[in-house]
Order: sequence, then C-alpha cells, then structure tokens
Amino acid sequence: MPNPERPHDPERKHAQSQLSQMELRVRALESVLTQKGYIEPAALDLLIETYEKKIGPHNGARVVAKAWVDEEFKQRLLAEPTPAIASLGYAGFQGEHMVVVENTPQLHNMVVCTLCSCYPWAVLGLPPVWYKSAPYRSRAVVDPRGVLRDFGVELPADTEFRVWDSTSEVRYLVLPARPLGTDGWSEERLASIVTRDCMIGTGLPTLPDGESR
Amino acid sequence: MNGAHDMGGGHGFGPVVPEVREPTFHAEWERRVFALTMAAGRPGKWNIDMGRFARENRPPADYLNESYYEIWLAGLETLLAERGLVSADEIVAGHPLGEPKRVDGILRQGDVETLLYRGRPTERPVSDPARFRIGDRIRTKNIHPTTHTRLPRYVRGRAGIIESLHGCHVFPDTNALGQGENPQWLYTVRFNARDLWGPDADPNLSVSVDAWEPYLEPAEQVP
Repeated sequence: MPNPERPHDPERKHAQSQLSQMELRVRALESVLTQKGYIEPAALDLLIETYEKKIGPHNGARVVAKAWVDEEFKQRLLAEPTPAIASLGYAGFQGEHMVVVENTPQLHNMVVCTLCSCYPWAVLGLPPVWYKSAPYRSRAVVDPRGVLRDFGVELPADTEFRVWDSTSEVRYLVLPARPLGTDGWSEERLASIVTRDCMIGTGLPTLPDGESR
Repeated sequence: MNGAHDMGGGHGFGPVVPEVREPTFHAEWERRVFALTMAAGRPGKWNIDMGRFARENRPPADYLNESYYEIWLAGLETLLAERGLVSADEIVAGHPLGEPKRVDGILRQGDVETLLYRGRPTERPVSDPARFRIGDRIRTKNIHPTTHTRLPRYVRGRAGIIESLHGCHVFPDTNALGQGENPQWLYTVRFNARDLWGPDADPNLSVSVDAWEPYLEPAEQVP
C-alpha cells in the first residue's frame, strides 16, 4: 500500500500513477515469454498461490512455539537449525542455510539485509515492504534501538543489541523470548502470539489485550 | 559495485513505517513479476549472483526511485536481453519478433513444489582448510570492485572477530561474472559498532556480516 507518511515512497508513486503502465508492460513480457515457450503460466500461478497462502510467518511461528515448549528441540534448533526446521516440514528456497539467534532479557537480535532483501522465505514467506526499504536497510546496522522505536518498542538502555546483516545465503531467524504469563499455553496458542516482526527482531511477542498475566 | 543498493549507514531516508496487515503483493503485476523472475531463472541461463547484479547495477537515482518489484522487472528484462532471449522491441510489441532460442529446463507446474522444497543450496565440499578460526581477529579488505560483491561498504577495512564458520560456499564475486562457483570459506564476522561508526556509537551494539575468506586478512599484530 502507498505510504502517506513518506511522500517520496516509490511504492506510493506506482500505486497511484503507473499502475496500468506497469500492468501492461508485465503482461507484454509474460506474453512474449509464454509464446516463446520459456515459461509455463500455470507454474507462475502456483508459485504465487504458494507464497500467498502456504509459506508465511505462520511457519516460523510454529518453529518458535515448539522451541518454547520443547527444550530438546530448542537446543537442536540452535545447534543444527536447518535440519531442525526441516523436521517440521519447512525447508528449501531462501532457507537452505539457516541460523537461529536467541533473544534473552539481556540481548536483542535484529536481522537485516543492507544490500538487497535477503530473508528466510522458508519460515517467514516473502519480506514486507519496510524490510526492503531504504529506511530499514540504512538504519538497522547503526541505530537498531531507534528502528525498534519506530515499531513502538523501547528496550532498556543496557540491553545488548546484535544486528545480523544477511550478506550471504545464510538466513537468520530470531527466536524471541517467551513472554511471562503464558505458562500452560498450548503450542498452537503460543504460535498465535509469534508475529513476523518478532522473528525479524523488530517486535516482541505480546499477550492479547485483556489476557491475564 | 558501490551502488545505491549498498545502504548500510545511510542518512536521511526517514523512519521505518510498517504497514498494518500488509498483503504479500500490492498489485497483480507484482505477483506476475515475482513469479516471472522465479520461473525465468529456472533454466539456469543466469545464477542468483548475476540476478542480484542485474538489479543493483542501475543509476543510483533510478534505484532509489523505483519500487522493489519494478527493480525486479528491470533486472529480469536486462538478463533476458543480455542473453538474446527477449528484446526490448519484443516487449513493446507484446509478441515474439523472431524464432525462440532453445531453452531446456523450463519450470513446469509439476516441478514447483520440488523446486521450492529443495531450494538451491550454495554450500560446496571443502577443499582447503579454513585460514581463520573462531575468535581470530581479522580485518576486512579495503576493496571497491565495480562488479558484484557482497562485502558492504560500511565494513570495508574494519577490524572484527570471527564468530562462526559456515563451510565453503559459492563465491558471489566470481559467480556473478560467469567465472565459476569458486567455493570459498564463509565466516560470520562480528564488529563492535564503535569500530564501524566511531566513538559516538552505541557501546552495547555489535553488527555482523557473512564474509567469504577472500574478503578477509589477519588483523595487524598488536605489539
């Protein structure tokens, strides 16, 4: 969506004035590729459907929730993340070489790709616009505390920050700390409070309003 | 290359503004550009590093003014044109203007699930022993290639510590040039924020990048 708070946001420009022009250009390219036999449109449809419906942050949330209730799994997840995640059925494209970094009360991790948009698709799906944007890519490696404030989260001044710039094919997933007040919760209920932002390090899991601690 | 894509440490871009309940795509053409890029890459006429270079190798003003999927589209058009697969005239015409080239390994619907589940691992068998060990002090090289590299400007020529080893991985700098995978040891290198950003930086912040061995040299001996 266009962002009203950033008048020069490129996403806004295209949403407004160049939409039909882009639609036409892309349709033309797809038509040429199809007629030349270089692509199969049905394969494109399935790719889109997969990333809109199947692969998304709910995958990563299941990984985190399991780590919260199963200490043995958590240790495997930290030591051998790629096979541990694959044991839950999540593997492959943009998740071939996983590293999981754990938040603690003293340490906060944040993941960025300053050079492009590298992101752990296999567990989080495709990245949101802000993750690919210049404000995040420029600032996360200098002022992660300030970035976190943009998300409405303030951490104590003595919290240690570690920022992971995804410059290779290694993909990072943040394991957030389990919030207080969730004793006895089922894995499914725990997964429901693990947001995408928690697993990038730009948010913390929070209990829904009215939830007793 | 020192392009506009290399953003770490840049000023003036404003706050990060997350979108509430953001959809995966914001327009139909974004869906198609995403899937076209994935599908057209399948036959292996280019690799992921050539793809990244095609996207970042743009005039900085264009890179900053274009939306994410517009950059993807421009990159895809560049890759297709460079290989004589689709010309700019054909995109304007909306249909082929000549005979297609032979392309094997087209992505079929039935291959999608396997492609996504297998992915494209970049780890390769180890040949030579690693030059550095965990805890070693290193310095990144001060290099400014005009071609593709994955060593961001903000960590060039900086002292850091080897945090972990990831085995040998395809080396993007040669792979992007079609000069082979040339696998190299890959390390996570950790820097104190003050070694990157000066004495005013947050003392409780450290930043790490993944760096291939050719990017690194041993730190100067401390007397």
